[in-house]
Amino acid sequence: MSEQLRILCPCGILGYGFPEDSFLRGMEKKPDAIVVDAGSTDAGPHKLGKGVSIVSRLAMKKDVSYLVNYGTKQGIPIIIGSAGGAGAKVHVEWTLDILNETLEENGISAKVAVIWADIDKTDIYQALEQGCITPMSATVPEMTQTTLDSTHSVVAQMGHEPILKALESDVDIIICGRAYDPSPFAALGIKYGFDSGLCYHMGKVLECGALCAELGSAKDCIVGTLYNDHFVVEATNPKCRCTVTSVAAHTFYEKDNPYILHGPGFHLDLSACQYVQKSETEVRVTGSKFIVDEQYRIKLEGARQVAYRTFFIGGVRDPLLLSILENVQENVMESVRQQFNYIDPERYSMRYYNYGMNAVMGENEPQKFAGHEVGVLFEAIADTQELADAICAALRSTMLHYGYEGRKTTAGNLAFPYAPNDITFGPVYQFSVFHLMDVDDGIAHFPIQIFTYPQGEME
Amino acid sequence: MKLYEIAKILRSKNSGPFCVTLDVFFYTNNDYNSIKNNDVITRKTIANAYGLPIENVSEPMYYDQAMGIKITYDRVISSGTVGDRDVYGAQQHAPLMNLTINKDY
Repeated sequence: MSEQLRILCPCGILGYGFPEDSFLRGMEKKPDAIVVDAGSTDAGPHKLGKGVSIVSRLAMKKDVSYLVNYGTKQGIPIIIGSAGGAGAKVHVEWTLDILNETLEENGISAKVAVIWADIDKTDIYQALEQGCITPMSATVPEMTQTTLDSTHSVVAQMGHEPILKALESDVDIIICGRAYDPSPFAALGIKYGFDSGLCYHMGKVLECGALCAELGSAKDCIVGTLYNDHFVVEATNPKCRCTVTSVAAHTFYEKDNPYILHGPGFHLDLSACQYVQKSETEVRVTGSKFIVDEQYRIKLEGARQVAYRTFFIGGVRDPLLLSILENVQENVMESVRQQFNYIDPERYSMRYYNYGMNAVMGENEPQKFAGHEVGVLFEAIADTQELADAICAALRSTMLHYGYEGRKTTAGNLAFPYAPNDITFGPVYQFSVFHLMDVDDGIAHFPIQIFTYPQGEME
Repeated sequence: MKLYEIAKILRSKNSGPFCVTLDVFFYTNNDYNSIKNNDVITRKTIANAYGLPIENVSEPMYYDQAMGIKITYDRVISSGTVGDRDVYGAQQHAPLMNLTINKDY
């Protein structure tokens, strides 16, 4: 075991971008590896449902070119977690295509391991029948054969085990499908014999980039160094500063329990952790405990299409209308229902979001409205795009011309920023699978393939 | 006095697509302990502030090392689907900010 292991994480999501200076300052610290997370469930179910990314191809390629030019070219291993936004096959392939193109353009050759995280639905059916599926929380839809059938693809979060296995093949780059965010960071430290609790806790702190630093963001770089009995984190941008609060607070981030973090096949107990300000900009962490779970469970994620949407946005400035806006909107929807009385009402629904009034919190908004202008977003949800378009067009024309009690402005009730006014949104998705599945080990569901790029020949 | 006036960080965020988690961190141990020990953030106060059934709200968690309190609730509508208002759950913190606290502690 070497005395220390240093990991540079350029940003919270690959393709978010990072300041070049921060990255170069990170490289000056001679990292042993560059590790970066590329996905999250945060942006919504459409990534899994539609197979799209969170970042643009252009931005992704820019970030990847830094990784291969400063990492691969210098013999520094690169690990990318949850490739392409959600880590399903389509996302991994998108990432590989960009990687291949970037390597080719820069004249760099690399041995690339790909770890797939797509879970065969027949395995899930089987686990469901055997009672080996548990929903993640109370409001997760019940898993049935029907919901599974309509779910496009299911991925599972891998732990460090498949990544460790890929590292054995002495590869330059590892592209992981869906992974538990800290696992790609933890794998390298575990390979070199560092304490698994520290490896994972450091991974948890690093995986959002410099978000764990004061004035830091997910679009900036962070460096973590593992030692025998502690780890140290430091932002590479001199404007950001890791503090005891910022690092300890980040351990909380997006988790429902601040000192027990559940991962694939284990949990981390952080109740005895100590955070110490090592220098002006560095924080030292000790005491993270890795506890192996009796039953290895992997978290499944899947999404299904539930409807189509069309919407319009319009501003309301008329004070008389604003004073009775929601009444008018309810009347408009009732009028549209009558206009479409030949259509089964189960096939569609209508909703308005009044920005400036209560769009963010809905009926739970405690504050009374006291403004002079409201942004109205009106949407039609239907079982076909054609019907959503038709309902939205009727909502728009009815709202625009609606003659409410006391109206003085007879020319039109909405200021549209765009023409055409209606925006066809396309399919709407829902997280239909968010369950734990009991498995025998953390390896079997995550097959590994090795390629030599840029040619893309399989070994 | 409102809770945000003594908070260093006060935020909401998805904890997975089916839950929103609320975090509040303090500048001083004195503030942190007084909020912790005076039942300011409880399942009941959060359920009231957010118009939720109490069974949708988890027990608050205290993390002394960070002078932080966390409490999580189940979303009525999961992230990014029909009827959701906040895909990231990142703007649901205002009712928490406005919890009234006793300044005499």
